[in-house]
Amino acid sequence: MKLQRKNRRALTLGALAVSGALALTACGSDDTGDNGDGGKKSNAASNIDCNGAKGQLMASGSSAQKNAIDAWVAQYRSACKDVQLNYKPDGSGAGITAFLQGQTAFAGSDSALKPEEIEKSKKVCKSSQAIDLPMVGGPIAVGYNVPGVDSLVLDAKTLADIFNNKIKTWDDKAIEKLNPDAKLPGTKIQAFHRSDESGTTDNFTKYLKGAAPDAWPHEPGKSWEAKGGQSAQGSSGVAQQVKQTAGAISYMELSYAKEGIKTVDLKTGAKEPVKATVDNASKAIAESKTVGEGKDLALELNYKPTAEGAYPITLVTYEIVCEKGNKADTLAATKSFLTYIAGQDGQALLKDEGYAPIPAEINTKVRDTIKALS
Amino acid sequence: MDIPTDTPPTPAPVQDDRPTPAEQKRAARGATRPGDRIFLGLSRGSGIALLAIMAAVAAFLAYRTSVALADNTGNFFTTFEWDPAGISSDGKPVFGIAVLVFGTIVSSIIALVIAVPVAVGIALFISHYAPRQLAAPIAYVIDLLAAVPSIVYGLWGAIVVAPNLTGLYSWLDDYFGWTGIFEYQGGAPRSLMTVGILLAIMILPIITNVSREVFLQVPKFNEEAALALGATRWEVIRMAVLPFGRSGIISASMLGLGRALGETIAVATVLSPSFVINASVLDYGGGTFAQNIASKFSEADEYGRDALIASGLVLFIITLLVNGAARLIIARRKEYSGANA
Repeated sequence: MKLQRKNRRALTLGALAVSGALALTACGSDDTGDNGDGGKKSNAASNIDCNGAKGQLMASGSSAQKNAIDAWVAQYRSACKDVQLNYKPDGSGAGITAFLQGQTAFAGSDSALKPEEIEKSKKVCKSSQAIDLPMVGGPIAVGYNVPGVDSLVLDAKTLADIFNNKIKTWDDKAIEKLNPDAKLPGTKIQAFHRSDESGTTDNFTKYLKGAAPDAWPHEPGKSWEAKGGQSAQGSSGVAQQVKQTAGAISYMELSYAKEGIKTVDLKTGAKEPVKATVDNASKAIAESKTVGEGKDLALELNYKPTAEGAYPITLVTYEIVCEKGNKADTLAATKSFLTYIAGQDGQALLKDEGYAPIPAEINTKVRDTIKALS
Repeated sequence: MDIPTDTPPTPAPVQDDRPTPAEQKRAARGATRPGDRIFLGLSRGSGIALLAIMAAVAAFLAYRTSVALADNTGNFFTTFEWDPAGISSDGKPVFGIAVLVFGTIVSSIIALVIAVPVAVGIALFISHYAPRQLAAPIAYVIDLLAAVPSIVYGLWGAIVVAPNLTGLYSWLDDYFGWTGIFEYQGGAPRSLMTVGILLAIMILPIITNVSREVFLQVPKFNEEAALALGATRWEVIRMAVLPFGRSGIISASMLGLGRALGETIAVATVLSPSFVINASVLDYGGGTFAQNIASKFSEADEYGRDALIASGLVLFIITLLVNGAARLIIARRKEYSGANA
């Protein structure tokens, strides 16, 4: 065919471009904030106990904790040069699947293991089972774009009604009541949710269901179960829509809510409305209780906190390992790395990356559990 | 034990210089040297490998599909929902492809309706109207369009094109809203129409290139004969060029349709998907097969992935049917299109 010969150059270009795009998409997902691990390399590295670990440590899972892991790995690598740690932020579902198939030493996940996943884990954990270790917290901000409105207070019921398309305009009475001083326009509310499955959606809908069960009839989950509403792909996608659409509102991890996106202050059981900040998220996590059985430290967040400054729309990501029966060749490295990230230095690093450290009481249990891993 | 033998010594076999039938055949094919045999083996191997790969893909899709469909409590073809984890139904998986079939076909049709006339126009301009100095650069730019990766189209579509379509959609709503197809209720313009417009730009190069090649192959005699009869340039194109190129345009469109059906990341970036079917192509919502797989795959558990693979099988079948239909049309047109003259 004559056509093919003529277009060979275009085809080569195309092939190059396609492979380039693959490479780009492969490493370009969920790059939040700046991972400025260049400057602060040496301070904590000396306290890391390498435990004589050697070899490759493979892990994968949640992309929400990617920046935290990146910062940790940079520190850990400089202390323990014999361990090559490789964390692939493929998503929580993929991470758990890989872990259950025995491909990785631990998995990162935005939600705790389901009962059937714990059941399945008995195979890879040699009759012991997999457990959840809460490691990284983070506030989920509700970002909005209403010209002329610089601060906005909403409560759980109003949020649920907005995302359920019951409240349709910004000057609705329910919103006016919470914001007596604001000049609310009559524009339509454009509520955006994530079109891809996501732990952020899971935790946001868990909050709506937990804090306003009457106004939110849908089951919480990684995919958006409510009907209607607009959607976009990825945290950066919804942030982009909020930025360029007047009247838009959506939920996203705090690090995406910047450059012209304002965040909603939440009216909780406390006296003052609560801002979405890292510290306030930690305060809310401190009010949660552990619901996992035995050594499993799965948390149940308190979605109606009464403490001042506790911001309840938070996301907790877990590291998932076997309680017993971890693979012998990676056990030392796994324990050493987890000990570091659950320790004081590891948790202190989180704030710089826009995450919330796990509060002391829960953190102590995590450290004890890691010590007992075998 | 010396037994005398009377039998005469066996005669030496007659040397026959004439080639045996088998040798004749081989000679006729001219394939006796090692190079020829190696090349024959390689090309035959490639052909077989292609078939084997296709069969392997089909078998994989079919196996995982059967796993997924066995537990589906919804109707795979009519359910307007995608919930393989059973979040809203006590862990019973419910999923169906109705919305995806609709969205995939509608957005591809919009893309074809926009792209084919423009592509044929460009191809005719390059092959019959443009001066040579202009034709070459235009053809080159069109080739370049094909080389832009789809994620770039997606980002451009989401950040530049979509926000600027509000005016067009309001206009369509004002004048054609009564049809129901072009009703616009506000909201960010991230609809099947937007996807169609973006896909049209993406499939433009391939349709243009194939059509141009076909138009350039129109026998000069036909065109000159038409000119000699006193035809104007447009009449030459209508009487000689287009009838000759018709099957080429159709196969070019089908190639473009194939790309539009399977486009993934650009659609996922531009569309505001949800599992509803809107009568209006301007309202947000809907979805396509490839977009749905891309959006849901990374967080799906094993069963969720099987469900997505089941939808992939349907796309595979739709693509096969489209290609088959294109071949049928071309085969039927060939006889009187002059393509084999």
